[in-house]
Amino acid sequence: MATTAAGAQVGRSLPRIEAREKVTGRAEYTHIMQVPGMLHARIFRSTVAHGRIKAVDVSAARQLPGVFAVYTSEDVRKVIPDPYYGPAFHDQPILAIDKVHFVGEPVAVVLASDPHVAEQAVQQIAADYEELPAVFDEVEAAENKIVVHDELKPAGTFADLKHLKGRKGTNIALDFRLRRGDVDKAFASAARVFEHTFRTQKVLHLALEPFASIADYRDDGVTIHSSAQGPSFVRTEIARLLGWPENRVRVKVPYLGGGYGGKLYIKMEALAVALSMLARRPVKVALSMEEQFYTITKHPSTFRIKSGVDKDGRIIARKCEIWWNGGAYADIGPRVTQKSGFTAAGPYDIDNVSIDSYALYTNLTPAGALRGFGIPQLVWAYESHTDMIARALKRDALDFRKLNLLREGRPQATGTILKDAAIEKVLDCIADRLHWKAPFDRGSGTIRRGRGLAVALKAVISPTTSVAIVNISADGSTTLYCGTVDMGQGSDTAMAQMVGEVLNVPAETVRVVPRDTDITPYDMGTLGSRSLFHMGHAVRLAAEDARARIAALRREVGEAEGSNTPLVDLFRKRYGMQAGNIVGTGTYKPDYIPPDSEGLTTNATPFWMVAGSGVEIEVDTETGQVRITRLINVADVGRPINPRIVETQLSGASLMQIGFSMFEKMQIDGGQVTNASLADYKIPGIHDVPPIIENEVVDAYQSNGPFGAKASANLPHSGCRLRLPMQSTTRSACA
Amino acid sequence: MAARTINFTLNGRAVTADVKPQHNVVEMLQTQFALTGARESCGQGLCGCCTVLVDGKPVSGCLYLAVFLEGTDVVTVEHLAGPEALDPVQQAFIEAGAFQCGFCTPGFVLMTKSLIGQHPDPSDEQIRDYLSGNLCRCAGYPEIVNAVKMAARKVKAGTTG
Repeated sequence: MATTAAGAQVGRSLPRIEAREKVTGRAEYTHIMQVPGMLHARIFRSTVAHGRIKAVDVSAARQLPGVFAVYTSEDVRKVIPDPYYGPAFHDQPILAIDKVHFVGEPVAVVLASDPHVAEQAVQQIAADYEELPAVFDEVEAAENKIVVHDELKPAGTFADLKHLKGRKGTNIALDFRLRRGDVDKAFASAARVFEHTFRTQKVLHLALEPFASIADYRDDGVTIHSSAQGPSFVRTEIARLLGWPENRVRVKVPYLGGGYGGKLYIKMEALAVALSMLARRPVKVALSMEEQFYTITKHPSTFRIKSGVDKDGRIIARKCEIWWNGGAYADIGPRVTQKSGFTAAGPYDIDNVSIDSYALYTNLTPAGALRGFGIPQLVWAYESHTDMIARALKRDALDFRKLNLLREGRPQATGTILKDAAIEKVLDCIADRLHWKAPFDRGSGTIRRGRGLAVALKAVISPTTSVAIVNISADGSTTLYCGTVDMGQGSDTAMAQMVGEVLNVPAETVRVVPRDTDITPYDMGTLGSRSLFHMGHAVRLAAEDARARIAALRREVGEAEGSNTPLVDLFRKRYGMQAGNIVGTGTYKPDYIPPDSEGLTTNATPFWMVAGSGVEIEVDTETGQVRITRLINVADVGRPINPRIVETQLSGASLMQIGFSMFEKMQIDGGQVTNASLADYKIPGIHDVPPIIENEVVDAYQSNGPFGAKASANLPHSGCRLRLPMQSTTRSACA
Repeated sequence: MAARTINFTLNGRAVTADVKPQHNVVEMLQTQFALTGARESCGQGLCGCCTVLVDGKPVSGCLYLAVFLEGTDVVTVEHLAGPEALDPVQQAFIEAGAFQCGFCTPGFVLMTKSLIGQHPDPSDEQIRDYLSGNLCRCAGYPEIVNAVKMAARKVKAGTTG
């Protein structure tokens, strides 16, 4: 048997396998799902940012005709005594207990068969708070003058957080530090030292399908339908809350109407389960668009970056201090803080690096992962800083970058060697497309033109595990069971292509089973651009296992080596009729060495992600209006599994980032979001697309990736580089 | 509040529905007809996810009250595809890769259908103007513009050939 299948599935621009369902309006999403007998939940939310709950009066709401029940945390604790959840810290209560920590925190819930009745009843609830001083700014929060939580409660999921258990009087949920070389000495010897501070605003995922979970609790088990990016995590966390074995918790995830990191870990699931336990009926918790502003956001951040440059223009020292505004509950903020900390100094070869990255609690909507686990905030800062240094040194922005670029085989700040990371190729490609070395028309009169480029490096979240099963039925048809959630990135299609490649069958004939923890095996989560690499390997291994079993079956039924007898005949020969299965399994977990106390490790990541952007803009110097006239996205995705899907990912991610760069901002007044609707918070529409947009994947191969691929189906942070060109380009255009 | 019985045509068939004054078109379609192609997202008529055609005109089903449907002809995205083949607009969206998560797609498909009905050969400008009321958070806009043009070509080829 050949060791490498001669499949032709990898590299095909196959349309998404679920395409027909999506264009016909038949695709399933939790938010539009109904379960017989279900009740609708509507949430009463805190109006103060920080306060002790003195009283919650639900009596009028309970009396409204059509109301099934009204619950507060007192009721929740009858069925789940310790109702705190979260991936990094068990700090978030299902409904507020004793205190509220941000405006919009769920305090009480009304259940009714008619959602309009539930909504009306919520208006009848009144709460009385003793307001406490609140803290909103991440740098102020680090001073610990106002403390959000009385005591820290790390979940124990991350070994590196255990030492924080029981810590009091602090808002710092995690402090990651990295020390490489001798920064102070290098600064003392530097020819020039530059220091800048960058702050990013609060923005949110704003998936068009708002968060939704339906729970159907029975005494012997609970079934949860949810718009979740990580069904396995939801199952583990619900089982923990209930004190049940995992096999009594079933989590089903249909397609997601957008996720972007927002639907990771656990969101509305615990509330839905608690409500179903109390009501003993299926309960649907489906949020409105407005409520998404009170669920999870991207981290606002403050980044103070300082660089020392020698007389030749080489960066010899860099000090990074980052404060992450995590909001009222940690969610995955500590992970954002640590993992983005690894690459906070950027894709440059710097011998002396010091990084301090702090996850902070504040009295705002919690923050989590949004397309890049913190990397976009950092890239905008360090690439703006790079441009500002180059300008001060009167050096070309491209040449200055190339002089300092981290190259293949060199250690990155953590000490991990850079491998299969086409940083220079990406940068060159952008420069090429911008005709960087050719004269550039800077405009005249009131319309000035500018341009810029930026490049970034990211480590993947590690170590994480994926498991996959490939099942071949007796008629020869193939089914894949994998827990990766397809939220638009095209993972179902890419995984089917990999199965097809190994088994030499057309990808469109492979059935990909929708995620269901009773059926699909463990996967750590669809996050941080990990799936194509990790699940890709698991899927490849499962398919290879199945292929080996087919070969064994051929031998068992006396077929000659290399015979082409159809599978259905092999099964018939073996079982006397069309019966039986061949089941292949695959499990993948890459090697990883956790950072030591100095933040150093020789294996920080199984692969590096590299992408960059270039832009040209026009600025109207009278009105200040900025218009992007050209946008270029370039990435190293290894070998693309599905080139068309990769291109739409690059394009879409960059256009979403245009919103974050140009106009998206949650307006917050005293902790209250004042623009919590699509009427007031604008996201990019069709008129915001630049007239020229070019997407390119550089020729690359990830040697340890499945079929040479890495974060192919989703390179979400690619567009984030845009932040840099936008700001510094605007500045240079106006100069 | 009292429910009222309304009669209208839904996807080519005469139907009746019992609706209360506060019910919008989306919730009526979902709860009484199990049609989920029109779906509520922003709830303010700004994103286009809830688009349905009422007497041939696109409306925001999240703002349009169900009682107003009395006597009208309503078409939802579920009606476009026949048993044999997809509508050319749907086929073009697939071929152009004009969606990612797909939540907004039915709205874009219906708007495109309506646009091509009015402008068989739409310019880029017409496409952008017509679709400016539909939002796609995955931002598949360039592919959507391509899909609309491809759809127009398909429709034309279908009618002439």
